Amino acid sequence: MLPKNEIVLEARGLTKYYGDFLAVDNLNFSVRKGEIFGFLGPNGAGKTTTIRMLTALSPPSDGTAYVLGLDIRENPLEIKARIGVAPEISNLYDELSALDNLIFMCQLYGVPRKERVKRAEELLEIFNLKDKRNTLFRKLSKGMKRALTVASALVHRPSLVFLDEPTSGLDVLSARSLRMIMRRLRDMGVTIFLTTHYLEEADMLCDRIALIRSGKLVKIDTPEGLKASVSEGKSLEIRFRNGNEESLQELKKRMSPFKVTILNGERVRVYGDDIGEICERITKLSKELGMELADIFSFNPTLEDAFIELTGLSPIVMSIEKEGKVNVTG
Amino acid sequence: MSRDSLRCIFYIILKDMRTYYLKPPSISWGIIFPLAWTLAFYLRHPQTFAQLVPGMVAMTAIFSTTAAEAVVINFELRVGSMERLLLAPISPGGIFLAKLLGGFAFGFLMTLVVAIGSSLALGIHLNVPIFLLVLIFSLLSFASLGAFICVSVKEIFEAQTLLNLPRFIMIFLSGVITPISALPHYLQYISYLMPLTYTVDGFRHAISQATYQGINIWLDILVLLVFSLAFILPGRRMLERKFE
Ligand SMILES: Nc1ncnc2c1ncn2[C@@H]1O[C@H](COP(=O)(O)OP(=O)(O)OP(=O)(O)O)[C@@H](O)[C@H]1O
Ligand SMILES: [Mg+2]
Repeated sequence: MLPKNEIVLEARGLTKYYGDFLAVDNLNFSVRKGEIFGFLGPNGAGKTTTIRMLTALSPPSDGTAYVLGLDIRENPLEIKARIGVAPEISNLYDELSALDNLIFMCQLYGVPRKERVKRAEELLEIFNLKDKRNTLFRKLSKGMKRALTVASALVHRPSLVFLDEPTSGLDVLSARSLRMIMRRLRDMGVTIFLTTHYLEEADMLCDRIALIRSGKLVKIDTPEGLKASVSEGKSLEIRFRNGNEESLQELKKRMSPFKVTILNGERVRVYGDDIGEICERITKLSKELGMELADIFSFNPTLEDAFIELTGLSPIVMSIEKEGKVNVTG
Repeated sequence: MSRDSLRCIFYIILKDMRTYYLKPPSISWGIIFPLAWTLAFYLRHPQTFAQLVPGMVAMTAIFSTTAAEAVVINFELRVGSMERLLLAPISPGGIFLAKLLGGFAFGFLMTLVVAIGSSLALGIHLNVPIFLLVLIFSLLSFASLGAFICVSVKEIFEAQTLLNLPRFIMIFLSGVITPISALPHYLQYISYLMPLTYTVDGFRHAISQATYQGINIWLDILVLLVFSLAFILPGRRMLERKFE
């Protein structure tokens, strides 16, 4: 058990029904002060629904959560005043400029009058939007809107921030700069609750990750812990220049006890942690079987492997998901 | 209500004023329409212009107050800005109040302009305290009625259409042009179910003072208050439901 003051958010049996449909099912987890906590799951897993409950936007059907020590059922307004939220959709005011949107947020959150413009300008600078200062929100690009939406969650310098897919729709550079901003925030002691579709992003950024599927918590661990839990572990992929089905079958037999999967007529995958021994035996066997080694790649389990194994989703589903927001049900 | 909520309400009103109300469409809907309407009647019966003033002021009050409620409520619900506001330390009920008070504030400005303008132009003596009292409770009931209608439907056009229904029926049945006593009996019952009836009556008190015989001024105010509450309470609840 961690000391109590280290926990900034605790979900206890958090549950949400929409009519008869169970969207979030009895979630129990806690978030520690100063960490980037990733909330990862396929489309429709219940990430946004969970964030909406945690940010006191919609009441849970059952269970509750304590945010900064306050019960979301009993102190919604106190919680809202103290947290920052960047929702899934960039829904600032179209008719206001970038600067005015931030100033309006400052007003809502009670930033002192004298500070407002300064704060807003500071955020525009940090998010590379300085030259869009006077541009109407509706005239910003999708990525700029996203960035401004995240910026607007920070006007009152909250110690806990919820970001619902902050980098979705951002180009590589903007996404990278946003990740840098998130790290900087963490270094300043801000706790970040982050949902994302990008597994690489979660891997790079998060201190701990909760995997959820169909509203249920599948597992919580560090990215390393999740990867280590993948049953197949490390592997080598080997391509032979003049391989054939028959020789590869023979190779598979003689590589025992290492597990070998034949990928096609010239490629195999060998699983095992002792890369040295695998290489040695492959070199020897390929000579004996009259094949010539063309390429060797080594693979570590990725977060994607862990995700696939733990959620039971097929790799195809994940690759579709990463391309864009295709809804996957079930 | 907490300080946070009050602050949010204040700044939401300010923002709605700036982005929606103080724009040509709302201003023209709020002023030009009642003016044109009154002018049309004036041209038919030129001797009675002073008679028409209370009705014109009342029409300005209802049209300006409800001019942009469909936009500030339905449009914002649709594009998600309402949800955005809810992230701030304010409850859905607080947002409902902010939205209707925005209509109230705009209606107050516009009606004041029209009332002051016409009483100066026509040399009408206005009992200011009575006028303000009636005005405040009228605006409150119109703004609540409008907000109630808006939250009970989804789309902007539905809200606009539904808003027009009471607006136009009230012009005919609330003594704006024809006195209620001149209406057929069965229509008079309906008249007394309309907030605008009490507004027009109240304004006549404020203008004609002792000579006017109508409904008791305090009854006018009480009824307007009851109307306001009857729209605010369920309207608030309906908006809350949208976020569950
Ligand atoms: N207002 C609502 N009414 C009914 N069902 C809803 C509502 N909002 C969400 N759902 C359902 O709840 C489930 C979880 O939705 P949610 O938006 O939380 O998923 P998510 O994990 O955020 O997905 P995504 O990655 O696509 O953003 C989905 O099946 C969705 O259809
Ligand atoms: Mg979502």
